[in-house]
Amino acid sequence: MKLKLNNMVVVLGLAACSLAAQAQAVKIGFLGTLSGPAGALGQDQYDAFMLGVEHMGGKLGGATVQVIKEDDQLKPDLGVQMAQKLIEKDKVNIITGVTFSNVMMAVHKPITDAGVLLVGSNAGPTPLTGKGCSPMFFSTSWNNDSLHESMGQYANDAGYKKVYLLAPNYQAGKDAISGFKRFFKGQVLDEVYTQVNQPDYSAEIAQLQAAKPDAIYVFYPGGMGVNFVKQYQQAGLLGKVPLLSTSTVDGTTLPALKDIALGVVTGSPYSPDIDNPQNKKFVEDFKKKYNRSPSLYAAQSYDAAMLINAALAKTGGKADNKDALRAALKTAEFKSVAGPFKFNTNQFPIRNFYRVDVAKDASGQAAFVNKGVVLKDHADAYYKECAMK
Amino acid sequence: MSLSLFLIQMLNGLQLGVLLFMLSAGLTLVFGIMNFVNLAHGSLYMMGAYFAAAAYARTDSFLLAALVGIVGSAALGFAIERIVAARLYARDHLDHVLATFGLILFFNELARTVWGASPYYMNVPQALSGTINLLGISYSAYRFAIIVVGLLVALGCYLLINKTRVGMLIRAGSSNPTIVAALGVNIKLLNAAIFALGAALAGVAGLMSGPILSVQPGMGEPILITAMIVIVIGGIGSVRGAFYSALIVGVIDTAGRAFLPMILREFLDRSTAQAAGPALASMLICIFMAAVLALKPQGLFPVKNQ
Repeated sequence: MKLKLNNMVVVLGLAACSLAAQAQAVKIGFLGTLSGPAGALGQDQYDAFMLGVEHMGGKLGGATVQVIKEDDQLKPDLGVQMAQKLIEKDKVNIITGVTFSNVMMAVHKPITDAGVLLVGSNAGPTPLTGKGCSPMFFSTSWNNDSLHESMGQYANDAGYKKVYLLAPNYQAGKDAISGFKRFFKGQVLDEVYTQVNQPDYSAEIAQLQAAKPDAIYVFYPGGMGVNFVKQYQQAGLLGKVPLLSTSTVDGTTLPALKDIALGVVTGSPYSPDIDNPQNKKFVEDFKKKYNRSPSLYAAQSYDAAMLINAALAKTGGKADNKDALRAALKTAEFKSVAGPFKFNTNQFPIRNFYRVDVAKDASGQAAFVNKGVVLKDHADAYYKECAMK
Repeated sequence: MSLSLFLIQMLNGLQLGVLLFMLSAGLTLVFGIMNFVNLAHGSLYMMGAYFAAAAYARTDSFLLAALVGIVGSAALGFAIERIVAARLYARDHLDHVLATFGLILFFNELARTVWGASPYYMNVPQALSGTINLLGISYSAYRFAIIVVGLLVALGCYLLINKTRVGMLIRAGSSNPTIVAALGVNIKLLNAAIFALGAALAGVAGLMSGPILSVQPGMGEPILITAMIVIVIGGIGSVRGAFYSALIVGVIDTAGRAFLPMILREFLDRSTAQAAGPALASMLICIFMAAVLALKPQGLFPVKNQ
């Protein structure tokens, strides 16, 4: 009996200690798409975030952080459940990540309504930049349209008069085409919508070839992009008819394409060869640790870690006062790996969008090469609709 | 629209058709003979593509990649039959669906663990990377190779089923499996062999798709649905039916995607046509299936004596 009592005391003591330790740590929930065909995107976000934490010695802003990761499996309803679990059971102070717009649309309200700060590092659905903006929501990425606007602008700069557009037949695909057309001044020969997750594009490629455009613009994220680019190249068109794209060839799909994608022009807020000291360190360490080049998803998530780091440094490592932390996030200064970065009134970034080509790097590998700024200090088209000033 | 564009689209349809045939032949054999619903057939296709891509990356030889892809998926099919399917023949279809759906999840996760979440690299072999000239039309050499391989596979299936002793048993088994078993045929071995043959065909489809499609977890599911439609249209258990209906479905699907938006534009205004075109095109083969089922509920080429 005595022995048992002693054990009890030890157990209670340990429990108390661990509780005390947990009370000091800032809890950050990472919510992203980590499984399924699109799992590579969320994995990049998570790996880069953890690299950021590691760079700060396991702490952010001087506070010990505990990162709890959850997989939404690209299912909005599951995302909401996971967010609720992070908020109610784990009692996190901040949630970061969120890979896809449909998940973001489902989770942003439950999170911000619960008084938890949300630092999105990829999905940037348009409603959340405009009327649906929230003081508790910050983004280190972009409004979905901006990527496409940058390619529309580039098509003007390059002097293309007749352009042929392709995208999958769902909301993001339609947004892509309208974003492109908002900036493109020439003639759109045709806009073609294909089935989501369509594997074969031979029919569409034959049609577009017959239309003889100056250039084509496509938005095919994930495996669709791999399919399209492979088939476009095999049809002998890559190099003949310029292929402009966003979210089609990116850090997660280039390893599957390699030399096949040489010559693809992309609009991107990030390129691994952007020349600044923080990016050099990020790229070098990311490659060393994970044995692959960082994608834009990785870069934005690393930025999210640096943003939280700067904000927590301002609050003295404390996350319990939400208003103080929010104010600190809003005014936090950190050096983005993607170059100039500041928040607009809707708490989405004002940032550069680059023309990034797939070309051979110094070691002869297909890599992303930054070819200069297309849209400088670009703000999204919706911030005026946001009630925050 | 020019004639050459029309011909290219027909070739594209034929190419999709033979690919669908390679997938649906195995599916229809297993369903027709063992009365077993194998949803994991798409996983065999995916694993065939992964085996081939991994071998190609290591050896740089397309022939070795083909060997590894086909033998690997056949062996996997054999193992699945012995470990999972054989225990389920006596149970009803719902159990088949549940078990093989579990296999889909298992193989997707397995592929992700072994080869990573990102798509896997596989390019067209150097010798087939260009285009060829077909009666004045230039067409991708690799896609033409798919058509040739698909037609050779179809010819092989025809000879195997109609000219050999095994083929006789397969035909008999698809008409009346009970009598075949009663006549003293080692039905267990025959079942395993048919399953492995089906898996090998899926492996050929995976191997040939690898260079033109994204090799990634879950790549088997969308095409499996189309293959299911093919075997329903063709008549379950009939390889001949699978061949013709795969070609029909391939051509309808390609023609729908290529020409339907153009045709709709003649009647509707541009934005409506743009919205309705792809939606209708994706429904086209389902509408065709519904029409076939309404007129011939057993499919276009039903197995006789059932």
